[in-house]
Amino acid sequence: MSEPNGPAAIIVAQASPGTQPAASGVEIAVPAAEAHGSNFPPFDVHTFPSQLLWLVIAFAALYLLMSRIALPRIATILEERHDRIADDIEEAGKLKAESEAAAEAYEKALASARNKAHGIATETRDRLAADAEARRKALEAELNVKLAAAEVQIAATKTSAMANVRGIAVDAAGAIVNTLIGTTPAPSAVEEAVDTAIKG
Amino acid sequence: MASGNVIDPIHQFQIHKIVELGQPGGVELAFTNSAAFMFGIVALVFFFLTFATRGRTLVPGRLQSMAELSYEFVASTVRGSAGNEGMKFFPLVFSLFIFVLTANMVGMIPYAFTVTSHLIVTAALALLVILTVIIYGFVRHGTHFLHLFVPSGVPAFLLPFMVVIEVISFLSRPISLSLRLFANMLAGHIAMKVFAGFIVMMTASGVVGWFGAVLPLFMVVALTALEFLVAALQAYVFAVLTCIYLNDALHPGH
Repeated sequence: MSEPNGPAAIIVAQASPGTQPAASGVEIAVPAAEAHGSNFPPFDVHTFPSQLLWLVIAFAALYLLMSRIALPRIATILEERHDRIADDIEEAGKLKAESEAAAEAYEKALASARNKAHGIATETRDRLAADAEARRKALEAELNVKLAAAEVQIAATKTSAMANVRGIAVDAAGAIVNTLIGTTPAPSAVEEAVDTAIKG
Repeated sequence: MASGNVIDPIHQFQIHKIVELGQPGGVELAFTNSAAFMFGIVALVFFFLTFATRGRTLVPGRLQSMAELSYEFVASTVRGSAGNEGMKFFPLVFSLFIFVLTANMVGMIPYAFTVTSHLIVTAALALLVILTVIIYGFVRHGTHFLHLFVPSGVPAFLLPFMVVIEVISFLSRPISLSLRLFANMLAGHIAMKVFAGFIVMMTASGVVGWFGAVLPLFMVVALTALEFLVAALQAYVFAVLTCIYLNDALHPGH
C-alpha cells in the first residue's frame, strides 16, 4: 500500500487504465480507474481518509448507542426475568413447605384423634366389665345366701328324718322280736339296742 | 454491474462520492456510499434492538428473542474467553460483533455495498482492538504487561528468541485480524459475481448456453449459502479473537 498503484496492479494485472477491457481476450475485466489513479477500490488510498473519518464517527455512535441505551435495556429485561423466575421458585418453595406443614398437622390431628378414640373405647370396656363383675358378685352373694338356707333346711330335714328312722327302727325291732319270740320287749330296751346299732 | 457484455466483479467495491467535503490539509474528504452504509448499519442495529425490546415483555416475542440471543451470545463469548472481568469490554465486543455481522449481512443484499470488504475499515477495527489491549494492559498492569512477551519456564539461552517470536506474533495479530475479514468478504463477493457473470454470458450465447448456464447457476446458489455462513462466521471469529486478545490485557503473563 505504499503506492496507490502498487498492490492493485498485482491483483488485477490484466486491467490497464484507460483502455477498454476485452482486449485481453478474457471477458472478465476491470474498467479503467475512475478518477483516483487506482484500479482496485480497496487499495485506493484516496478513499482512506474519508472512510476512516466516517468509520470513526459511525462506530463511536454505535458504541455509545449500544453501551448507553440498547445493551442496558436488554440487560434490564434479562435481569427482570431472572429475578422473576427466582422469585417464583422461592414462592413455590414456600408454598410447598406450607403444604407440607399442613399435611403434617393433619397427620398429627388424625393420630391424636385415633388415640383419643382408643382411650374412650378402653374406658368404656373397663367400665362395662366392672359393672358386669359387680352384678355377678351380687348375684353370687345372693345365691350363696339361698344355698346356705337350703343347706340348713336340708340338715333339719335330715335330722328329723333320722329321728323318724330311729322311731321306725325301734318299732320295727319291737315287731321283729315279737314275731320271733312272741313277747314284746320293753320299749326302753329296744330303744337302747337301736341306739347302739346306729352308733355302731 | 456489467457494462455491455463485460463482467466487472470489482465494480461492487467502488467508492462513490456523494457529497464532496473539500481537501482540508491536502486530504481529500467526502461523504461516500461507504459512509452511508456505515450509518445505515448503525441505524439498523440501533432501531432493531430498541424496536425488538420495545415491549420489555417477560416472555419474549420473536424479535425480542433475537435481540436477547445476540446479547447472550456475545456475553457468553466474552465470559468464556476473558472471564467475568472481561465483561467491562462487553459493549466494545458487542459493538464490533454486531457492526461486522450487520455489515457482512447487508453486503449480501444485491447492489448493496459491503463496508467490511475494504481493508482500511477492517484494519481500523483491528487497530481499535489492539490499541485497546495495549493501552488497557499498560494502564492496568504497568510494565508487568510486558510479561506477556516473556513465556515462563523457558531456558535462558532460548529466552531472547522466544521474546522476539512473541513480539512478532503480537504484532501480527492486528494484521491477521483485519486481513482475514477483508479477504473473506472480498474473495467471496468476487467469486459470486464471477459465477453470476458466467450465467449472463452463457445465456447471451444462445439456446445451448441456456443449458450450459445451469452449472454456474447451481454454483452461485451454493456460493450464496456459503457466503451467508462466512458472513456470520467471520463476525464471530472477529469477536472471539477480540475476546482472546483482551484476555491478554486482563491477565498478562501466561
